[in-house]
Amino acid sequence: MNSSTTLQSKTATTLKEHIVEIISDSGEGAQRCGQSLGSIAARMGNGIWTVEIIPAEIRPPARSVAGASGNRIRIGSGPVSNGGDETDLVVAFNEQVLLGRVRAGELKPECIILLENMWREHADPKIVAAYTETYDKVCAAGYRVIEIPMERECRKLVADAKRGKNMFALGMLCHLYSLELQLAREQIAITFGKKEQSVVTQNVKLLEAGFAWAEANLDFCYRIPAPRATEPKVVINGNTALALGVLASGMELCSMYPITPATSASHYLSDVFEKVGGVVHQAEDEIAACAFAIGASYAGKCTVTITSGPGYSLKQEAIGLAVMGEIPLVVVNVQRGGPSTGQPTKVEQGDAPAAIFGSHGDAPKVVMAPSTIEDCFYSMITARKIAETFNMVVVVLSDASLATSQQPFPRPQFSESWIAPPVDQSAVPEGMKPYDWDAATGLARRFIPGQPNGMHTLTGLAHDRASHVAYDPEINEETLHFRSLKLAALQKTLKTPPVFGDPQGDLLVLGWGSTKGAIEEAVQALRDDGKKVSSMHLQFLQPLPGGIKEIMQRFGKVMTVEGNWCDRPEDEIIDESNRRYSTLALLLRARYLIDVDCYGEVKGQPIKPSTIRRVLAAKLAA
Amino acid sequence: MNMLATECLLELCEERHELEDYQSGVPRWCSGCGDNAILAAVQRLCRDEGLRPEKTVFVSGIGCSSRFPHYMRTYGFHGIHGRALPVAEGVRLARPDLNVFVNTGDGDCCSIGAAHWIHAIRYNMNMTVFLHDNQIYGLTKMQASPTSPRGTKSNTTPRGSTLEALQPLSVTLGVQNVSFVAQAVDWIPENLYEIVKAAYHHKGFSFVRIVQRCPEWLPKVWDPWLHDPQRITILRHERGLQPSAALSQVYRNQLEHDPSNLNRARELASDTDQIPVGILYRDPSVPCYEDLRQNGKLHTPELIRSGLEAEFDKFTVWPQAAG
Repeated sequence: MNSSTTLQSKTATTLKEHIVEIISDSGEGAQRCGQSLGSIAARMGNGIWTVEIIPAEIRPPARSVAGASGNRIRIGSGPVSNGGDETDLVVAFNEQVLLGRVRAGELKPECIILLENMWREHADPKIVAAYTETYDKVCAAGYRVIEIPMERECRKLVADAKRGKNMFALGMLCHLYSLELQLAREQIAITFGKKEQSVVTQNVKLLEAGFAWAEANLDFCYRIPAPRATEPKVVINGNTALALGVLASGMELCSMYPITPATSASHYLSDVFEKVGGVVHQAEDEIAACAFAIGASYAGKCTVTITSGPGYSLKQEAIGLAVMGEIPLVVVNVQRGGPSTGQPTKVEQGDAPAAIFGSHGDAPKVVMAPSTIEDCFYSMITARKIAETFNMVVVVLSDASLATSQQPFPRPQFSESWIAPPVDQSAVPEGMKPYDWDAATGLARRFIPGQPNGMHTLTGLAHDRASHVAYDPEINEETLHFRSLKLAALQKTLKTPPVFGDPQGDLLVLGWGSTKGAIEEAVQALRDDGKKVSSMHLQFLQPLPGGIKEIMQRFGKVMTVEGNWCDRPEDEIIDESNRRYSTLALLLRARYLIDVDCYGEVKGQPIKPSTIRRVLAAKLAA
Repeated sequence: MNMLATECLLELCEERHELEDYQSGVPRWCSGCGDNAILAAVQRLCRDEGLRPEKTVFVSGIGCSSRFPHYMRTYGFHGIHGRALPVAEGVRLARPDLNVFVNTGDGDCCSIGAAHWIHAIRYNMNMTVFLHDNQIYGLTKMQASPTSPRGTKSNTTPRGSTLEALQPLSVTLGVQNVSFVAQAVDWIPENLYEIVKAAYHHKGFSFVRIVQRCPEWLPKVWDPWLHDPQRITILRHERGLQPSAALSQVYRNQLEHDPSNLNRARELASDTDQIPVGILYRDPSVPCYEDLRQNGKLHTPELIRSGLEAEFDKFTVWPQAAG
């Protein structure tokens, strides 16, 4: 492209939505560029969904195919509920990270690639050869590749272009998507607000240079019109939302052990919790983290422990103790690929069976699954309340996709009703026992150390109402009965989940957790084509709310879409007698005796709406 | 985290409790079991110190000794195998106003819960920990424990255990932030009581290894020490314990030991021939984790609100100003 040409007269192509990626080696700032772009678009009123692109290694070698680090932003005219399908436009700081994304199949066939071209004239002939080879390959593959001298242009302003190229790229993207430059300047001021003014000024200069360069040299630009934003929104990822939810729930203590992808929630919480009198305790292991939380909860302060799959497995015995002792406890499991160490940085919805059925013996627990970033925030408040109302363990199943995705949601309005009351130290009435289970609901007063007359020894052994160890057959059955009743009591308070689409039709698709946006997008697309498809998303996996069966019965076919394994009926030896179903499908089949099919995907990536659309269309046609 | 408001109140009337006020049920330990002696010493401590039963928590794991809380009329937490210490730490961090005790056995503490033991020493949270060390698994019916002497015949080591015994005192004295280590034997009640009392009065992680007899599975293992008082070394010091005249008549083997001398304490601990009894080590200057984590912030609704709003401010995208 001729850099002397100015194209002032170009008109912006109007789009409904676009997916943009900025990728670089680790440490080159593509993450920050992408997050800033998302925030600016959100301020324009656009719906956004951003996803972090994270290499599996901490410091992958520079210019490596597996080293792509960055951000993917889906920008839409209206609200955006998920990361969408493949990418429309990429800014790549080198050709190797680009190659990684091409190979991963993440780019649309007609994707536009804005590629740093400094490598073409690099001193190392091997790098030059690698660059030209890849360049030719991606051009031949049909992508529209535009070489951009980002390094050269940045050098006009800064000595070390490595620190600043990201803001130049941000400027280019602001121009390409007709985002207001002033909003971008303000965003930089916010991003670098803690640093000295000179840093802000320099980054603004780079931003403006990128904007001007794109304006002068690129012969296209877009506009994704959106209604002006009318309310303040917070733009955070699911882990930050969880951490803020912990703060908002009034819990005072989070006990954890480092594990991917849960840890960033604890990182953030560690930074902010103490400001409001809270503590993050990093325990010596996962079991200790859970036992510590149980001790603090027992002592009167409902506590949360945050972990991911392998850590959850380790906590199982302790969780059973909390169930047995009827100690309120919130356990967050930010799911990743399993079993074993599995795929630590990748998304999967494989831990619901462990959460629902886990710990030996009959150990009824509440299992919730937030399905949006906003849900991650509010679910912590709900979880704490349920835990303390029912003296139960509440497991919150988030996942790696929610953990690292950002989506704006209305700024919450703080309510004092969110937070826990002070520790109850009132005397226990004479004659009351620590497990005076209510005959109808199984509920009993929570005895807390410090309460006069309440002295007893909580035990993980079978016990009677007085918490005395009891091996009497009748007593054991009575205790299991009442612990189970509490789930039913909670279930009576739950609302039937709303149906997305018509209340009857040919196909109902059910899901849980982070797949909600993609499922609803696919359902909407099919409905726009006249198909009679609806969906329902469950926030509670245990107990399942009432009314689901009646809704399922109004549809010709029912299936689930989940991020966990299910056997493929097309396999020669798989049939009805041995097929293993996805978790929710299994639960629904068992509970409602309805023939629920399922589609499960375990690729470590969020399930794409186009995939779901194809699956649902096939199910309709079957 | 913050102290309860009740901590600020003056106690206007003194409570007086008798031994029975701390007793609950009839212990189901075997007759002659050292646990009975420990229970008696601890109940006496509670009475003498006037501990309010509702403000006192005994936390245990699993094993014979971990039944202890059931026999105290206080709050108790009889949890899962090996995890008494982290549970007690959670109680302590949440509730600085409670008296926290831990009862754990040699299997519970030194085997399945060993990781927690090491770290509990390092946290140095204010609690009194009794290691009931009878050198054998009792509740599961006689298997070798990490502290069983080499050659111990048990159901899992019918031809004698092959490994040298782990020395709980040496391990404890080897960990950073160790602040109180003492040893007692179940058969000298007066001394046991004094040691338990000193442990209770130490602010920090007070670790008392109690050499304890198991009449059921290892009835003879302590006989050489029982029959020969000279093999017990009474540790005495003006900053430690001073044995009574009566005690000194029987246990004449006494040693001046300054509890601030860590290296000497380690030497004494490593002697498996003699049993040193008394305070091996005490350092009241080691900070407690719960104090280090206190930042004086009261967890009030107003503080939560302002903290949340400040965080939301960081992440809020505001609508553009009209115009």
